[in-house]
Amino acid sequence: MSNQGPDVTADPIIILEKVNKWYEDFQALKDVSLSVKAGERVVVCGPSGSGKSTMIRCINRLEDYQEGKIIVDGIVLDDSLKNIATVRSEVGMVFQQFNLFPHLRVIDNLTIGPIDVRKMPRKEAEEIAMHYLTRVKIPEQALKYPSQLSGGQQQRVAIARSLCMSPKIMLFDEPTSALDPEMIKEVLDVMVQLAEDGMTMVVVTHEMAFARQVADKVVYMEDGMVIEEAPPVEFFTNPKSESTKRFLNQILTH
Amino acid sequence: MLPFIKKLGPISPHVHWVQVNFFDSAWSSFLTILVLYLLYLIVPASIEWGVLNATWLADSGEACRDIAGACWAVIPAKYRVMFFGIYPYEEHWRPTLAMGITGLAWVMTCTRTFWKPKLLAVVWIVAIPSSLLLMWGGVFGLTFVQTSKWGGLPLTFFVFTSLMFLGMPLAVLFALGRQSKMPVIKSVCVFIIEVVRTIPIPMILFFAAVVLPLFLAPGVDVDQLFRVTFGLVLFFACFQAEVLRGGLQAIPRGQYEAADSLGLSYRSKMFKIILPQVFRTTIPSMMNGVIGGFKDTTIVIVVGLFDLFTATQAALADPEWRRYFTEGFIFVALIYFLFTYAMSKYSQLLEKRFSFGKRD
Repeated sequence: MSNQGPDVTADPIIILEKVNKWYEDFQALKDVSLSVKAGERVVVCGPSGSGKSTMIRCINRLEDYQEGKIIVDGIVLDDSLKNIATVRSEVGMVFQQFNLFPHLRVIDNLTIGPIDVRKMPRKEAEEIAMHYLTRVKIPEQALKYPSQLSGGQQQRVAIARSLCMSPKIMLFDEPTSALDPEMIKEVLDVMVQLAEDGMTMVVVTHEMAFARQVADKVVYMEDGMVIEEAPPVEFFTNPKSESTKRFLNQILTH
Repeated sequence: MLPFIKKLGPISPHVHWVQVNFFDSAWSSFLTILVLYLLYLIVPASIEWGVLNATWLADSGEACRDIAGACWAVIPAKYRVMFFGIYPYEEHWRPTLAMGITGLAWVMTCTRTFWKPKLLAVVWIVAIPSSLLLMWGGVFGLTFVQTSKWGGLPLTFFVFTSLMFLGMPLAVLFALGRQSKMPVIKSVCVFIIEVVRTIPIPMILFFAAVVLPLFLAPGVDVDQLFRVTFGLVLFFACFQAEVLRGGLQAIPRGQYEAADSLGLSYRSKMFKIILPQVFRTTIPSMMNGVIGGFKDTTIVIVVGLFDLFTATQAALADPEWRRYFTEGFIFVALIYFLFTYAMSKYSQLLEKRFSFGKRD
């Protein structure tokens, strides 16, 4: 498959400008800048503690930041609660630990967003939910509780839950890291499909095969800094920095 | 298993079951024998006293005099005072009806078939005023009965229902307030909870009954019963708030983040995502508080009000029957047991109902 997105337009939909973030004394992000165009697929990788999760969580303001600027779909993410709410309803997020709501059935996990945030009638929300459950290939699980599903199924439900809000952007924070090996593929397949449909995606992952297949751009982070940013072919065959080379060696040889 | 039992050779499954459950080790054999001995001491004597030698009906306490066993006749003779305290005798049908209405509303509230918010709202909007109206009177030709004459089981019902309807929401507010990021709300909640928790209930009731009126504007007179109930509600709420806080802390951060990332409002996040899970995990300890609350209603005696227990005490002060207070207290204990056992069974049912597909 080609690495060029089908409808990459010129305007960036996510802009990070020299973002700095501290946890008390520890600086988690150092002058992080990144721009993502609509329809673009960006894979972020790096060793643990490199700030990649923190960075992606800033994009829907699960984390705040002290310096710099983040603009998502033309909305400046500052302390304005209204802006935060607007951005959150347009940006979907998939977590490492799935974070499904355990007390709600799968279908109710999917409809709560549209019903509560979009004020959609229940019936319509349920139709949309079933549509996305079919897309992630588990419509038959709609009436079960999350604890009755396998990890892979739960993660697919989590993806469907985000899609029900018809987001413009999807963020994935290590979506396969908590899964048993045999379940990783079913989740990646769904993500590949999503990419083929033209969704704007920012994915933090160690799945380098996925990055090769899907990404328009691979970003390498270390110590809270963006070290390197390149199209996958270039990134994997001809990494510029020493630390990227070291990281790729470690991750590709084991 | 004890060696000498092993030597006995093949045994039937029943004997095996007894062995495994009661004589598995020297220690468990000892306990089994001890318990059997205690049962031997207690059961025959109780049956002899409570059933075989007991008197069931008697016109007066005198008739029970020469009997070795229990005098259950005290109950038919005194039950109305036990149940209704000093509420006017000829008006007892009113508290009976009021309890019937409230009891029915509770049964509906606890039954899944009726779990429709609008329906239950209507039920309670009818039940509470009509029960209070029956108790109070003063209209529709019902004679007025002041709250200081309310007593017995209806009073227990009244205080308990108030605890549930005012205390629980207040507990939720306190618990959420204590977690609030807004410093003023947070410190107010922490202050109230910490202060109220450290004061013994009788003192809180004393404050509510005696000190609180001093702070009310002149001419504003809140009924003693309501002031005292408010004190109990506050006490109950602070304890339950702390139970809820424990539950809140057990909810993984990911749940908040998932709700946030969907763009849910604070209210939706708390009331649809977080609190339902908190209630699920805190059912056992919440129910502890609820059962405690039911029994704590007795404390209203400090301001001269008679709930079920104290009304019974008063009823048994009658010289004619005072020798048979044991029988009276056993009867009341049974009533308390019925209510609290129902509550504890119900809490187990709730836990099962809200297991969300988990087996536990």
